[in-house]
Amino acid sequence: MARPRKRKEIFALGNEAVVEGALLAGCSFYGGYPITPSSEIMEIMAARLPLTEDGVFIQLEDEIASMGAIIGASLAGRKVLTATSGPGFSLMQENLGYAIMAETPMVLVNVMRGGPSTGLPTSPAQGDVQQARWGTHGDHPIIVLSASNVQECLDMTITAFNMAEKYRTPVILLLDEVTAHTREKIEIPNPGEFEVFSRTVPSMPPEWYKPYEETVRGVPPMPPLGSGYRFHVTGLVHDRNGFPTQRPEEIVELLERLHRKIDQFFYDIQLVDTIETADADVVVIAYGSVARSAELAVRQARENGVRAGLLKLKTLFPYPRRQTEKVLAHARTLVVPEMNMGQMSREVKRVNMGRASVRTINRIDGQIVTPSEILKVIMQG
Amino acid sequence: MNEITGNEIIHQYLRHNKKFPHVLCAGCGHGIVLGTLIRAIHTLAIPKDDVVIVAGIGCSGRLAVYVDFNTVHTTHGRALTFATGIKMANPKLNVICIMGDGDALSIGGNHLIHAARRNIGVTALILNNNIYGMTGGQSSPATPEGSTTMTNPYGQLDASFDTVALARGAGANYVARGTVFHVKRLEKIMVEAISRPGFSVVEAITPCHTQYGRKNRYKTPVDMYKWLKKAAVPIDRYEEMTEEQRTDRLPIGVFVAEDRSGFEERYLSLQAQMRAKGGK
Amino acid sequence: MANKKKGKSKITVYPDWCKGCGICVEFCPGRVLELSSQGKATVVREQDCIRCGFCELHCPDFAIVVQDKDFVEADKLPRRRSAKTTDKGE
Repeated sequence: MARPRKRKEIFALGNEAVVEGALLAGCSFYGGYPITPSSEIMEIMAARLPLTEDGVFIQLEDEIASMGAIIGASLAGRKVLTATSGPGFSLMQENLGYAIMAETPMVLVNVMRGGPSTGLPTSPAQGDVQQARWGTHGDHPIIVLSASNVQECLDMTITAFNMAEKYRTPVILLLDEVTAHTREKIEIPNPGEFEVFSRTVPSMPPEWYKPYEETVRGVPPMPPLGSGYRFHVTGLVHDRNGFPTQRPEEIVELLERLHRKIDQFFYDIQLVDTIETADADVVVIAYGSVARSAELAVRQARENGVRAGLLKLKTLFPYPRRQTEKVLAHARTLVVPEMNMGQMSREVKRVNMGRASVRTINRIDGQIVTPSEILKVIMQG
Repeated sequence: MNEITGNEIIHQYLRHNKKFPHVLCAGCGHGIVLGTLIRAIHTLAIPKDDVVIVAGIGCSGRLAVYVDFNTVHTTHGRALTFATGIKMANPKLNVICIMGDGDALSIGGNHLIHAARRNIGVTALILNNNIYGMTGGQSSPATPEGSTTMTNPYGQLDASFDTVALARGAGANYVARGTVFHVKRLEKIMVEAISRPGFSVVEAITPCHTQYGRKNRYKTPVDMYKWLKKAAVPIDRYEEMTEEQRTDRLPIGVFVAEDRSGFEERYLSLQAQMRAKGGK
Repeated sequence: MANKKKGKSKITVYPDWCKGCGICVEFCPGRVLELSSQGKATVVREQDCIRCGFCELHCPDFAIVVQDKDFVEADKLPRRRSAKTTDKGE
């Protein structure tokens, strides 16, 4: 085997890394509306996409339109991205539901800032976690990812695109203001060093194509608009042909398939990093920039003789239950630090079911959770 | 007689796996608009695969499901945003947006003016029936002042939007109004709207007897067509009329007809230019 | 022009698709159509049809088809125009 090629290194913001990741994953369409602290993603896309062969950048009139445009572009065969922050994320919920229902691959980056409402535009928070899970109406599956450093911003963006394409679903990447605005050195992977997945297209003559037919993976093939496969796309509950239906058995069939196509691939979707968890009595469960503080706290705790570990969540939803169960086999205490009032600790408690004691650290003052805060709680056991 | 008027031709564009008659009420003008649109596309000889119908929510939104094109039934008011994405992603497609008056002028009003400002190469077909039909007859921004509706049982207080003035003001490249009584004129308008570059707005006045007419002095659907026949006046004649004569009259015809290139064309040429420069 | 065409048309109404709105009945210049007791448009005076096309153009349910009588009878089949024959590009 040849020596691995040296990777290009750049000094980048988290938001810049998102753009690099998106372009590596094959993103060729960006539609968006500026909002702090996500705007750099849009600005860099505005500069980069017109220089690519078929890249399209468009600034829309609002976040509702941004979602509409990228869903439209995705239906026309593009890999699409938009980025926003809290208030814009609220506006996107309507069409996010449409993308789930119409099984449209797309990636939405939400750089979280303090809320509610206009809140704290330039300060970090993690207040949109449950909104990402349940923000759009109706029962629905969703994939929500996060990143805790700049390298992960790039890697997780690629992962987000791959999952969106593989499962024909919107994927939300939740960053916080700290991660998005941290500048550090990252490596750009060489082509071939990472997987790039593109949606499956139909492989039968158009007359036989049923747009929402059952498949093994539960993910039907998806042709781009204008490719000869004429079909109906709708946000209404639809039958296998894509036509609206109100028949109870067809409603159940669709909604169950939408869930099943995600649920049966938990092993592929639920991503975590574990640090020193194998024998840990105290396990910190953290995500985003907080996981960075937590990592340092865990190492310091080890130096002080406490068997601490970190379960870093890279997938927030579907919540990594199995990985949590694993640490619960020996952990007496779970520490969940977050920059919110306890949105993820709810999930942890749901899985914990009273086994370990769950200690939460919640900051809502627009400041980061520091390693020493976490360390203090770890040391209390 | 080889003129393309036959419903046989329309039948060839309907989805054969959909049940007919369609869901719309007896005498609803939406079917006529759909037929007219099909004839316009047929006249232009655009292959079915190259047509994308993007529809909003409401009675007009239901039309998309019946025609054998690429059809996208979107969220309420957002049809133009989806259409913008589709057109930008693949400029070769003929993207036609079907929206109602509530869809295009109320919840989607912002998208309408920005699509016009941007001059995106999409045809916006606004089916104005002066009411929210599907939800049961509530006031829309196109409900005439003084009309009775479910949400204005004592008479509509607000003034109604003039779609033509709105679209013109926002910079649409082509703006026209027709009615479902004057079908041939409407067809001509649609042919022109689809074949022009940039953003085209076609307002089709289409009566809703069930939710609007019945409550506003029109006893039968036919009465509403008689009203259209009487009220609609070609724009050139309308301009010669006195203020008094204009009362209760509706000018129809082409109001704006320009040839400014669409946003997607301008984007592509910018892209080519930037790439020729080799980046920066 | 209209007179030349008078009496030369075959009019078909598909009752299944007709919702009985009465537009065709009201505006037909030849009074060719009437509403039946079941409320469906029916052809009663086909010979008076001047082939103006109004009913076909204004039927919201695409339920009326007006064809050339000679053509239909020669074929003994409902005439089916192919979409291709009228394509401008052909």
